[in-house]
Parts: sequence; C-alpha cells; structure tokens
Amino acid sequence: MPDRVDPRSQPKPAHKSIPAEPYDIERVREDFPILKRLVHERPGRMGKPLVYLDNAASAQKPQQVIDAMRDCMEREYSNVHRGVHYLSQQTTDAYEAVRGKIAGFLNAPSQENIVITRNATEAINLVAASWGRKFLNAGDEIILSVLEHHANIVPWQLLQAEKGFLIKVVPCDESGVFDLDVYADLLGPKTKLVAVTHGSNVVGTITPAAEIALLAHARGIPVLFDGSQAAVHMPVDVQAIGADFYVLTGHKLYGPTAIGALYGRSELLESMPPYQGGGDMISAVSFSGTSYRPPPYRFEAGTPPIIEGIGLAAAIDYVQTLGMDAINRHEQNLLKRATAGLSEIGGVRLIGTAPGKAAIVSFVMEGIHPHDIGMLADQMGVALRVGRHCAEPLLERFGLEATCRASFGLYNTIAEVDTLVDTIMAVREFFR
Amino acid sequence: MLNDPFGDLRDLYQEVILDHGKHPRNFRHPANTTHEARGDNPLCGDRITVFLMLDVDKSSGDRRVVDVAFDGRGCAISTASASLMTEVVKGKTEPAARALFSCFHDMCTKEAPDPHAHGPVDEEALDRLAVLAGVREFPVRVKCATLPWHTLVAALAGENKTSTE
Repeated sequence: MPDRVDPRSQPKPAHKSIPAEPYDIERVREDFPILKRLVHERPGRMGKPLVYLDNAASAQKPQQVIDAMRDCMEREYSNVHRGVHYLSQQTTDAYEAVRGKIAGFLNAPSQENIVITRNATEAINLVAASWGRKFLNAGDEIILSVLEHHANIVPWQLLQAEKGFLIKVVPCDESGVFDLDVYADLLGPKTKLVAVTHGSNVVGTITPAAEIALLAHARGIPVLFDGSQAAVHMPVDVQAIGADFYVLTGHKLYGPTAIGALYGRSELLESMPPYQGGGDMISAVSFSGTSYRPPPYRFEAGTPPIIEGIGLAAAIDYVQTLGMDAINRHEQNLLKRATAGLSEIGGVRLIGTAPGKAAIVSFVMEGIHPHDIGMLADQMGVALRVGRHCAEPLLERFGLEATCRASFGLYNTIAEVDTLVDTIMAVREFFR
Repeated sequence: MLNDPFGDLRDLYQEVILDHGKHPRNFRHPANTTHEARGDNPLCGDRITVFLMLDVDKSSGDRRVVDVAFDGRGCAISTASASLMTEVVKGKTEPAARALFSCFHDMCTKEAPDPHAHGPVDEEALDRLAVLAGVREFPVRVKCATLPWHTLVAALAGENKTSTE
C-alpha cells in the first residue's frame, strides 16, 4: 500500500519526489518502435517527440507482437481446424495456444472458458444475443452502471427493444466511486443479470468487482464485467472476483486490433445457443438438422482472427514478463504525479478521483473547451483524447459536454507526465 | 514569437476568434423566437442551439432573419463561428443567408473558393468570416466551424413554432 501523504507535513509537493521504477522503463520503451518517431515533422520544422497518452483508446504495440504476427505470415500461416497438412496443424496449435494464454492471463479454470471474439464490444453483444435472448424476458430487470462505455449499454438496449425488460442504473458519487449501497438496493427478485464495468474508460474508477459479484450471487444472479480497461492496468483473476462473464479487448493490451475475448463460466456457456452460424462451430450439418460443437467453439463461426490471435498471445507474454503488478505500480506512480501536477494548475478540475483508480485522468479547464486543449496539446506532441469518450451518460452525470483525457500505459514516463503538465500550463497561457 | 510552441496554430486561433470565443455576441436565449434547432457534435462535445425570429420581407416575399441568437457550449472555433454567424445573418433574407453559408463552406473546405459560385453574396460579410478559413488546414476542425451554420439551416427548415418564455 502506498503511504498516505499529508501535503501539509511535506516540505515539497508529493509529485516532486520520483519513486523507484518497478522496471527499466528506457529498455521497455526500446521495445515499442512507434515511440521513437516524431510528430508534426516537416521541412523547416523540427518534429516533436510523441507523448502518447491515449492508451485507453488503444495502446501501441511492442516489437514482439509485430514480429509474432509477421513470423506467422512468413513462416507458418494456414487456416486452422480444417487441414491435414503440416502448416495447418502448426497454425492450429499456435492459435489454440492463444486460448490458453488468455485463460492464464485471467486465471480462468480452463481454456474451454475462453471464447475468442473480435473485441470486447463483440463479446458483450455475444452474451446479449445468446444468453440474453434466451434468458431475459418482459418484466425482468438487468443492472448496469452510469460508468459504462456505450459498448455495455447499447447491446442491452437493442435486446430491451425486443424483449421489454427494465434497465436499472447504479450511480456513482462525485469522485466517480461506484455506489455499492444503491446497487445492493437495486438487486431484487426481478434482477436477472448484472453487467458493469470493472474499470471506467473516462474516470479510471476500478469497481469493487468481488463485492458486486458476491451480492448478486447471493440472489443467484450472474454478473458480467467489462474488463476492457481494468485488465490492462492490473492483474485480474476471474475466479477470485467471481465473474460469470468477463470481456476484454486485445488492442488496449498492446496487442493487435480485431481480437478480444469472452470468459464465461462453463455452465453458463453450455446453456447458451450459438451466436453466429457458419463453419467451425458445428459438429454435423444436414438439411434435416444441424448440431453444434460444445463451447467455446460453438460461438466462433467462420475463420477466426488467426494472425491477430497470435499477436495477442505475444502481447500477453510481453505484459506477463513485466508483470501486471509491476505495470500497475509503474502506472500508479505516473497517475500520482499527473494528479498532483494538474491539480496545481489554476482553473483545472479533475473529473474522477476514486481511491485505487487506474491511471486515467480526465479533466476540464475553466473557460477552455477540451477540443481546443487537445488540439494545442497535439502541437506539443502530446496525444490526448477529448470529447465524450463513448460514455455519454457518465459525462451527463458530471454535467459536462466533454473532457480531456490522459490515459497512461506501461511505457509512459515521469518526464512525459511533466510534459503534459507543462503543456496544459502553456495552453492556459495561450487562452489567457 | 520565436519560440511559440503553438506557432502553427496562430492562423487558426486568430485574435478575432479568441475574442468571439471568449465573448460571444448574441449569446442568449431570446424571449420570442419562431424557429430553433439544436446542433450536436458528439465526437468533440460541441452542443449549440440556434434561435431565430423570422418575418417576411415585403419586397421579395422571402423570409427574413429579424433576430438570431445562440446558446450552448462549444470549442473556441465553434463558439466564434456561431457568434460571427449571428452578426452577419441578422437582417438577411433566407436566400442571402444560404448563399453566405455556401460560400463560407467553400472557404472552409476548398483551396481557392469562388465567391460567386452561389449567386450574389454579401462580400463584406464573407470577408468578416474569412478569419475562420484557417480550419481548412485542420480537417477535424471544419465541422466545428460549420456546425452553427448547419444548425441555422436546420432551424430554417424546421416548422414555424413560436416559443415565448
């Protein structure tokens, strides 16, 4: 546990002292080719080093991921699950190993619990279309939270239009903390599902997943966690938190795009009908009737994202070599310094200060619109996200049209945090 | 400035824009309106409402903007654009306002726009709007500059619904 720092007893602001790095950050940065490039470079103008602080939107890729995908295409590419030939067997083995890697990453009991999807959005849509369509009916209730990304709102609304169940929403407090008391009150005899984020993409709140699951399970209600953000910042153990479903996406985990995963408890996956129809998900097809393979294959129609899967496996190897705990400690150092540095700038208001939050900092500035801040910061090479972050209900909760968001990754440095703070001060001067 | 970190953006954020962005003109919700529309840019979080009071110009029979105002929240570019828009369209007939928008749109998107491409236009008004032409170099900002105008057109196209507070 980091020590609580009382600013009054400190001779210097807390962020001026730089804690030891959990790993050699400069060596780690060498692994990410894109971090060496300059932006806004052109004749007559020196480019700026890239300060990439948009990791919550998508993270950069290490050489190990790039190499794994290239090797696959150069040396052992073929389709999977269907060839008798040498390459097909090699590719099938490599691809099936991906499932094991994801299972290990989430501490799932078995790789059979892992359905490979295109991203977290597809994983949630899969649960809604398969489990939801079978088990949710008019008169039922499901519980979401105000912290959700649209990906964990809209799939349920689409199904709601068809089924007519009710959606109840758990609020958060002014600092972005998930309201466990209201949640406990919302759980009732009509509740059939809880689907909440494990980590907010806007304010960084990590929700109390184990408590959420415990309260739901006391009533026999399954819980889905959207782990798109949480799983990239800290170790996740789906068995320890008691997740029934857990979704993640590869591209935020330093892997390629178009690959994600759904973890599901075996008994739930077995109860679910297919999501899409096609090759690979069937055991026998005839015009008089077709039978389906057991999970997870039942939910994976068509040729899967083979190259992307191999890239994701390399990404998981990469973060596990550093250690998710070490990544978390490193990012918490960045978060602490960014929070302290930005708070000292007059007119800056941080949105979301929940204890134990992930390294995502949303902020607004008095009299300066986030879009203008983002554009000026970009001129300094600082990549921020501005806008509503696909989480309009949460922005509305805070009475805001937009925020600026700096989201940190395993390769960001203390010096980059300082560049961010200096940049925001310069932006303030520009509009003074 | 020699070491101006934002040098490239000075053409975009000209003094006139910073001034209108900070102190927008006609930034109010009028008591009497005949038409209004809301413009929304969810990507960057601009949200404005344009209010109109229209009557009919006796000589031409065209509708005429007697009063125009806006409120909402947006970036410096969209706020300045809305503010300048209200100044230049007030008193104009609908065809004159539309011609001005077409010319302004060209100015924001085309390299060498032809100011006569859309019929007669108030060239003095167009000159005032030229401070926004810098968005042409920044494609993501074009919609910030044009959002107020699209909202104005939506208000013109809407039904006549007199609202009084």
